[in-house]
Amino acid sequence: MSTATRRLTVCVVYPDLLGTYGDGGNGLILARRAGWRGVDVDLVQATSDRPLPEADLYTIGGGEDGPQVRAATTLAEEGTLARRVAEGAVVLGVCAGFQLIGRRFPDASDRPQEGLGLLDVTTRKGTGARAVGELVATPTAGAPRTGRGDPLPRLTGFENHGGVSVVGPGARALATVTRGVGNGAGDGTEGAWAGRVLGTYLHGPVLARNTALADLLLGWALAPGDAPVGTVAELEPLDDAEEIALRSERLEAVDAAPTGGWRSMVERVRSLR
Amino acid sequence: MTVRPTTRTGATGGLRASVAVSAVAAVNGLSRTLGRGSGTVAGGRAGLALDPRLLATLATGRRVALVSGTNGKTTTTRLLATAVAGPDPTSVVSNDTGANMPAGHVAALAGAPRAPLAVLEVDEGYLGRLIDESHPDVVVLLNLSRDQLDRIAEVRMLVDRWRGALAGLRAPRPGLDGTVVVANADDPMVAYAAGTAPSVRWVGAGQVWHEDAVGCPACGGRIVFADDGRWACDRCDFARPAVDVDVVGDELVLSDGSRHPVRTALPGQFNRANAGMAAVAALALLEAVGGHGPDDGPPTLDLVLGRLAGVSDVAGRFSTVMRSGRPVRLLLAKNPAGWTAIFDLLDEAGGPAVPVVLSVNARTADGLDTSWLWDVPFERLAGRSVVATGDRRLDLAVRLRYGGVDHDVVDGPLAALDHAVGRSEDGATVDFLGNYTAFADLRRAL
Repeated sequence: MSTATRRLTVCVVYPDLLGTYGDGGNGLILARRAGWRGVDVDLVQATSDRPLPEADLYTIGGGEDGPQVRAATTLAEEGTLARRVAEGAVVLGVCAGFQLIGRRFPDASDRPQEGLGLLDVTTRKGTGARAVGELVATPTAGAPRTGRGDPLPRLTGFENHGGVSVVGPGARALATVTRGVGNGAGDGTEGAWAGRVLGTYLHGPVLARNTALADLLLGWALAPGDAPVGTVAELEPLDDAEEIALRSERLEAVDAAPTGGWRSMVERVRSLR
Repeated sequence: MTVRPTTRTGATGGLRASVAVSAVAAVNGLSRTLGRGSGTVAGGRAGLALDPRLLATLATGRRVALVSGTNGKTTTTRLLATAVAGPDPTSVVSNDTGANMPAGHVAALAGAPRAPLAVLEVDEGYLGRLIDESHPDVVVLLNLSRDQLDRIAEVRMLVDRWRGALAGLRAPRPGLDGTVVVANADDPMVAYAAGTAPSVRWVGAGQVWHEDAVGCPACGGRIVFADDGRWACDRCDFARPAVDVDVVGDELVLSDGSRHPVRTALPGQFNRANAGMAAVAALALLEAVGGHGPDDGPPTLDLVLGRLAGVSDVAGRFSTVMRSGRPVRLLLAKNPAGWTAIFDLLDEAGGPAVPVVLSVNARTADGLDTSWLWDVPFERLAGRSVVATGDRRLDLAVRLRYGGVDHDVVDGPLAALDHAVGRSEDGATVDFLGNYTAFADLRRAL
């Protein structure tokens, strides 16, 4: 499809509250990759003291417990995000951002907080140590495909969270963990998606190492307005030599490292059931 | 300065402690002989394994100042140690190699059993333990921002732990020891943590990095920063404390209006702020000791400021070395706040003509997660000649690509330096900026 005449607004949601893990980079990467293809892009950093702007693509990053609750409460009260999702906007939620677009997540005192309910995922506090380290996951057979119809390649990133996320029947797991913890619910899954809303525990930021995922989100956002949900616009390829080099180096480093600690062993055994 | 004999007794921790102290020396010697580094941490670990109370024993009988915070610890520790030592460097023991966890403290203290003063740099996560075991006279709190999130707790968890540790302190009273906290009033996280301490000297030391401080640590409200550095929560009454000493440009301005010039050979506004914090802390420590100035009067701010003015590099940081006939300035920064402050310094010093080598590792001491690179405003380097190196040069390269910064990627810090020298004009300085182990790699290679 021709993207030359398209306009796109990318909104980084509340970088003042949710920006602990460099996840603001996801918005920058999306905006640049659209811009390089001739799309007229606006990149908006939307702080929590103003109404959330109208956008085609929202990214929500990781953050600490208190600011996470505040972000969820503010987004629920002001309502723009839920309305825009109903109108077809794309959402990428990472870590705390993944948890808060779900149904429920725990606060610092382990009390359940209402999420935005944009994704059928429920998060509780894990009982063990925080999941910290490199995370690699292979997209599930049913995961969304690229604009050319290819499956997404392996996903790589760094996780750092204490939550356990259960994917409900209204959403689907994004990938199967091969290294690290991911959702940590015993089914070996990582992330979730439904419609044009996608959540993950991968940061790094995730789109720096996974350009195919970046282009999938852009492909959703740039699909013609009358196309059915799930249509992915095919985008012209970019020279991603540096991203590919980084991906390969990270995947090789993880493949070469001795298999993870007991936690990932336990996860793997559980996933066999 | 002259240190009056104190009424405290010397280190007498019994047989167990003396065996443990011997072990520190023996392991340090062995470690050095085997070429496994300077051995400071290995010896300290051995000593602590033999006697878990060794740190407390070794601190007994000394006057102690602790320095903690995310950025500026090593520099401020060095400035403070220099300022309290005056003409007699042997009067102060300090962990000046940057080994800032208990094993490093034990090694430093065991190596200087007679020094009456100890100035210790403390990793943020160990501040509570050091307060418990060393009974400090002065605690310096610089700033708190995101750093090594995979290793240390998130900023707010750290703030809560600091609050707990500082709440147990006692204010000094005539004839009775206590602890003075010297805290940066411009950092809301530090201000909240120090709010539990009974005796605080507030310094307006500035803070370029506000990204971790917008959520109010007291109520979850929003911290609003004014252009003049004042800040307040929009929901509760938490606000910037009234300062006792303000760092304004290159002067310290006291609440009585008096002005005291800060002359430091170290570059950048953040180093003038470090010097200000060090001077206020030095004065507090000298007052606790009962020390006096050269004319036998009480120690003064100008006295300690004069003493720290001579410090020109700190463990190689801010120093200039020659490479292929070109001056290379060595800079270290470990996290977004640190890198942002160094970018200010680059602008202040050389302008866009200066080529810069960026080197990033992600080993245990650096933190394993490189996400923080996306919080650093690399866009500011656009137009410069930039070379990316270090273990994680590919992460840097991708970050620079999306920042619109032209760059070359070169494996190995020396090769990267030579590449930058080759691309610069004759006689131009080259800046090298690395994170913790990347900086150490370059110094070892030079």
